[in-house]
Amino acid sequence: MENEVLIKTENLTKIYPMGQYELVALSEVNLTLKKGEFAGLVGPSGSGKTTLLNIIGSLDVPTTGSASVLGEKVETLSHKKAAQLRNKHIGFIFQTFNLLPVYTVFENVEFPLLLQNLTAEERKKKVMDALEWVYLADRAKSKPNQLSGGQSQRVAIARAIVKGPAIVLADEPTANLDAENSHNILQTMKNLNSELGTTFLFSTHDEKVIRYLQRKISLFDGKIARDELFSPSGQKKVKNDNP
Amino acid sequence: MIIPKLAVRNILGAGIRTWLNVIVLSFAFVAIITTQGLLEGMNEQAAQAMIDTQYGGGQYWHENYDPFDPLSLQDAHGVIPGDLKRMVDRGEATPLLIIQGNIYPNGRIRTILLKGISPAQSIITLPSHFLAQSDGEIPALIGSRMAKSTGLKVGDYVTMQWRDARGTFDAQDVRIVQVMKTTVQSIDNSQIWIPLQKLQQLAGMEDEATLVIINKTAQNATAVAGWNFKTPDYLLKDIRDMVQSKAIGSTIIYFILLFLAMLAIFDTQILSIFRRRKEMGTLMALGLTRGKVIQLFTLEGAMHGVLAALAAALYGIPLLAYFARIGWKLPSNTDSYGFAIGEKLFPTFSAGLVLGTTLLVLIITTIVSFLPTRKISKLKPTDALRGKLT
Repeated sequence: MENEVLIKTENLTKIYPMGQYELVALSEVNLTLKKGEFAGLVGPSGSGKTTLLNIIGSLDVPTTGSASVLGEKVETLSHKKAAQLRNKHIGFIFQTFNLLPVYTVFENVEFPLLLQNLTAEERKKKVMDALEWVYLADRAKSKPNQLSGGQSQRVAIARAIVKGPAIVLADEPTANLDAENSHNILQTMKNLNSELGTTFLFSTHDEKVIRYLQRKISLFDGKIARDELFSPSGQKKVKNDNP
Repeated sequence: MIIPKLAVRNILGAGIRTWLNVIVLSFAFVAIITTQGLLEGMNEQAAQAMIDTQYGGGQYWHENYDPFDPLSLQDAHGVIPGDLKRMVDRGEATPLLIIQGNIYPNGRIRTILLKGISPAQSIITLPSHFLAQSDGEIPALIGSRMAKSTGLKVGDYVTMQWRDARGTFDAQDVRIVQVMKTTVQSIDNSQIWIPLQKLQQLAGMEDEATLVIINKTAQNATAVAGWNFKTPDYLLKDIRDMVQSKAIGSTIIYFILLFLAMLAIFDTQILSIFRRRKEMGTLMALGLTRGKVIQLFTLEGAMHGVLAALAAALYGIPLLAYFARIGWKLPSNTDSYGFAIGEKLFPTFSAGLVLGTTLLVLIITTIVSFLPTRKISKLKPTDALRGKLT
């Protein structure tokens, strides 16, 4: 199932009305992502990385064209269906961690599972497993304000993977972290990718992240400018060049 | 069940913000119930005092009797009918004869109502037994207000003038045998109580009465020709109307308190929605629908009301129970308000009042909590994640 297509966009265009003008955030984007990929959307600010990530995450809809995620057309999903898709199959990691401040680490990671019909026992096991993955099992009872930036992002990763999603979408996950924490975070995600087969899609302009990517999709002015694959040794082989 | 669980987690997790709101709202609960309890207490206390000392279980009025027309008194008397006489003989009723007269305390004329009552009666709590004297003098009972306004005291003699059934004026001295202290002004001001038989004899109205008061426990009053039965509800209508007129002020306080409490909830909700935009976006990204987010925030607001009710119960029940037991000492001039309340007002906190107020505050809290959350229905998850409120 390695070649199973999880994400497919066809002529995806997103336009934001800005008063009398329109801002074209994405233009005719065609992209396919397969199961198990560790890919990144790379580009300068305003190139459309986050917009594309949001549409793939069913948080937004395309203006024209289509985005298909796990066989579901994002643009035709109802609010409820989109919420279900996010809850069951998509994990999110945000630049600013977005942990729920009044919850403990355990409760933050448990949250997506509360929306699924799982027993308390099952939830506890999954949460502790996820926390083991990010080496934070001993901080289960801590509140987010008692954690460092790196620890907070690891909690966010645990929250994203706890439900065993098919896709994890990470929006600038290392932007608020120092080099050492960035490395730890990326290594953790890389391990999850290789051991659990979870598909990761990043948006980033951080060189540190780019070094870890197996696939680098460069966006410029809302278009895919370059799509490159890297072998595990780091050797580049161009898959799709669209200057 | 996930939303209530999350709401509980959120409001407990919010710490001091939650508890400040809860305390303010609980004050409102207790204050609203207290003011309403005082009003109910005033109503009940006044009604009970009137029943005990004046109205009993109702009154049969002579058909010509109109308490608001003093001129009607001349003709408002008649022989006590057989049915009522039998009730009186069985101790189930007591007749009252009322005629107009004057007294001359310290040489000044004062118009009064002369009321004749049986010294042996026990239908009302008037201390009529003081009138059971047979030394040839006419014993008279007056209230403390009457004593104060006329300067009369126990043992004093005062000349009393009246007009008998044939229209003849006559006069005689009466001796004040007791000054009674009563909360009920309508048995005190400008009234002199003397033995019924004596008054009947002086007025030439043998076996006659103006009205007959029946026992509080008497069942179903029967119709008596020439006499109209007035129920306690009818007799208490004026006092209840008066209490109701005083209730306007209390209602204003009620709504001001409610408004202040709701303002606190509304502000908290507005603040929550502005401060927690990112959280809303995160919740949506994690799989909560917009509707569920609205439910969550509404429930959080409404739960302030529930917690406030619990907090109010915690300190309010012992406080109000103590208050209901010791009463509220009224200022000395309360006597002139026109209520038969006494020196202390004892609030009444009925189950209906407590439950009704609690329910009302909870419903309004929920509505007030819901109103600001409607903004969430227009919120795009992507904007929320960026901390924008569309």
